[in-house]
Amino acid sequence: MMSKLIAQKEGVEYLLMGNEAISRGALEAGVSVACGYPGTPSSEIIESLCRVAKEGNLYVEWSANEKVSMEVAAAASFAGMRSLCTMKQNGVHVASDFLLHLAASGIRGGMILVFCEDPGALSSVNEVESRYFAPMIEIPLLEPANFQEAKDMTRWAFELSEEIKNIVMVRSVTRLSHGSGNVIFGKLPNTKRQAEFRCDGPILDPDTGLVFSAPVVYKHQLQQEKIKRAEEIFERSPFNTYEGPEKPGVLLITSSICYLYCREAISLLGVEDRVGVLKFGATWPLPPSFLKRHLSLTDKILMVEEVRPFLEERVKILAAGMAPEMGIKTFYGKETGHFPSVGELNPDLVVSALGKIMGINSYVGMPADYEKKAQALASTKTPQRDLTFCPGCPHRASFWLIHNALQMDGRRGFVCGDIGCYSMAILSPAGGFGVMKTLHSMGSGTGIAGGFGKFGQFGMEQPVLTVCGDSTFYHAVIPALINAVHHRANMILIVLDNGGTAMTGFQSHPGLTVNAMGEEAPAVDIARICEAIGVKVEIRDPFDLEETRETINRLLEDEEGVRVLILRQICGLSPEKKAAKRYEVRIDEALCLGENCGCNRLCTRIFRCPGINWDRQKKKARIDEVICAGCGVCSSICPAGAIKREEAA
Amino acid sequence: MEKQQLSKDPYNIVITGVGGQGNVMASRLLGNMLVRKGCQVTIGETFGASQRGGSVMSHLRVSAGSVWSPQIPKGRADIIAALEPVEALRVLMRYGNPEVMVLTNTRPLYPVAVIGGELDYPSPEEIGTTIRELSAHAWFIAATDEAIKLGNPILGNIVMIGAIAGTGELPISREDFREAFLNSMPATKLDVNLRAFDLGVEKVKQAGGLKPVPAPPK
Repeated sequence: MMSKLIAQKEGVEYLLMGNEAISRGALEAGVSVACGYPGTPSSEIIESLCRVAKEGNLYVEWSANEKVSMEVAAAASFAGMRSLCTMKQNGVHVASDFLLHLAASGIRGGMILVFCEDPGALSSVNEVESRYFAPMIEIPLLEPANFQEAKDMTRWAFELSEEIKNIVMVRSVTRLSHGSGNVIFGKLPNTKRQAEFRCDGPILDPDTGLVFSAPVVYKHQLQQEKIKRAEEIFERSPFNTYEGPEKPGVLLITSSICYLYCREAISLLGVEDRVGVLKFGATWPLPPSFLKRHLSLTDKILMVEEVRPFLEERVKILAAGMAPEMGIKTFYGKETGHFPSVGELNPDLVVSALGKIMGINSYVGMPADYEKKAQALASTKTPQRDLTFCPGCPHRASFWLIHNALQMDGRRGFVCGDIGCYSMAILSPAGGFGVMKTLHSMGSGTGIAGGFGKFGQFGMEQPVLTVCGDSTFYHAVIPALINAVHHRANMILIVLDNGGTAMTGFQSHPGLTVNAMGEEAPAVDIARICEAIGVKVEIRDPFDLEETRETINRLLEDEEGVRVLILRQICGLSPEKKAAKRYEVRIDEALCLGENCGCNRLCTRIFRCPGINWDRQKKKARIDEVICAGCGVCSSICPAGAIKREEAA
Repeated sequence: MEKQQLSKDPYNIVITGVGGQGNVMASRLLGNMLVRKGCQVTIGETFGASQRGGSVMSHLRVSAGSVWSPQIPKGRADIIAALEPVEALRVLMRYGNPEVMVLTNTRPLYPVAVIGGELDYPSPEEIGTTIRELSAHAWFIAATDEAIKLGNPILGNIVMIGAIAGTGELPISREDFREAFLNSMPATKLDVNLRAFDLGVEKVKQAGGLKPVPAPPK
């Protein structure tokens, strides 16, 4: 089946996810190379390009981390091709060291960085803003506001990048990246550029010289001239728009998906003839003349944006400079408390802020008597759904073993963690039995454990463990592991190897035998890397509870240096495994003693796999055959031997 | 393509359930069916960490010609289709209103805190009564049970798409389902999915289409 992404039907309308629209935009721009590191909500951009790589003559890769992905994409640009790199908000911070050098050296073929942010942290451990990188390192920033713009602005970003010979940032957010909407397709180019790196010209020549940030002051000056050029282009950009009456009572200034919230709020309040919307698609550098023309329309301005007041700050600075001619304006936004300073926005929050400024309080979203009734009837009937490991997840078994080993050990040992499904081990009791006590960036568990592991001289006697996933190992653990080994830190690293980048949807990584484009690839072996670093490595299957328990206990007793244990078992949701049960599991009701067992309902109250239910009538455990993944681990934990497993047919 | 006339514009649909039930696929299939009919569709959803046993929700905004926000305003759902019964209640508390129609799969998926005994899960009778109290029309469909009979519980989401079509509220037909399915899924799976779709349509029609269903789920 041919992907609709490379359908040649110009002018036809399709329902596309925001991330697919970005991919289509890149294809319409004639992109040759696309790289990224998986991260919600950005992953589908590279995924959808992987699917058309062959037909579209692209080179697509899941790189080892975000910085490397940007470097590979930059090489494509230096060779004269158009390239794209993608990542989530955290990724920009990982790649930022290279990004700041790249911004100073400039580029050749059009190159864009698409970063997808997560206001409200719907799928993240932070809601950090990366928009500030644009003014900080002086590169342009674009923010599409709907699905059509996601495609069109991505395509145009390449042109802008070539016009100013620098990388361009394109920002999406979860509600755009993971939302879907109608997108009208444009034309796909027929030809691809040849790759050639020209480097034998005069050293300062941008097309044939050295690609380098020196002489620094000269290059910095050049970079600022590029930004000035971008500002001129943005003065006339069709992506910066005003809609509304000629003399609005209130002007909303917005960008990104908040534009749709603004339109909806105006419609819900019925104030189309009194409120205007100034939408910035090109948000940095802000075009001052365009801004001034629209600030002059009214005296009251409401800034509508998520997370940090990025636009608000810039608009106010420019307005302060314009005040002698334009007069003083009243700004409403985060700083006046009209919007929360954290979390994501929605149409209701815009209705509330705008209604407050306009003195409208007649809007009713949900009738008050209905709301009262709904709360009274339903709030006690909606038990919360805690996040937990999936049925059949190897992490549940791994953390069960780690938890029990640390309990037995009795020296208050703990686990330093990082980002992945296994982050849920910080939750208790639903996740990983609460063994994880620190959780920061990719690979930071190993770095932190390497620190803790040195504090014996200050009297620290607690065992120090850290966990990482297989993809994380390649991404950021290796330097931290080398550091710990070289400094003889006393710690245990447990690599939870589940055979892919599971959390974001099984993207490939360097440990696998197939790459992002489906080609055979040499697998880089974690155990051999550890051995080369000088660490003894053991490999166990976490579903083999007995053997793995013994191993962890022994590693805890051994108090010398860095020890590595690889717990290898494929993710229960992985494409190879999905829906295939290894065991049929059932409860032998004659053997299950329920509350009388003395096990404190170990299976349902403590182990807590969602595949095991508790039958409140019979007062016995019960397997939900729709949910159970058939891993069979629970049969090894039941002290009464009541959970029976048989090899599935 | 003809511009569609909808009974409301935008027409707001919430599809809700628990991670892993096929919420995203259901919303995209339905969205594709509507785009085929010339509608402007916006779907809002979140996935990622929220998938792991958590509540999930897709918002579909259907319009003759405008792009609406990917989040439905509070109290403004027109149809709620729940792949899990308690999720219907959860969505009603934020998006319900006296005119809303609710289609509920009757098979519960128990939160781990319910399995662990710290929280209670309401009885089918309580769920049925509450949903009827908070909606203008309610249908209770044993979608997962029917899907198991068809050979795969995941087809419950397709049964529910059929049920949405069966209300007659949207300009979509069996043919639209067929076309939208073939655009994104392998043809070998079409037959069983069509059967699931038909079952959903049939269940709603049997229950009298746009009329409240008197009997609570068993």
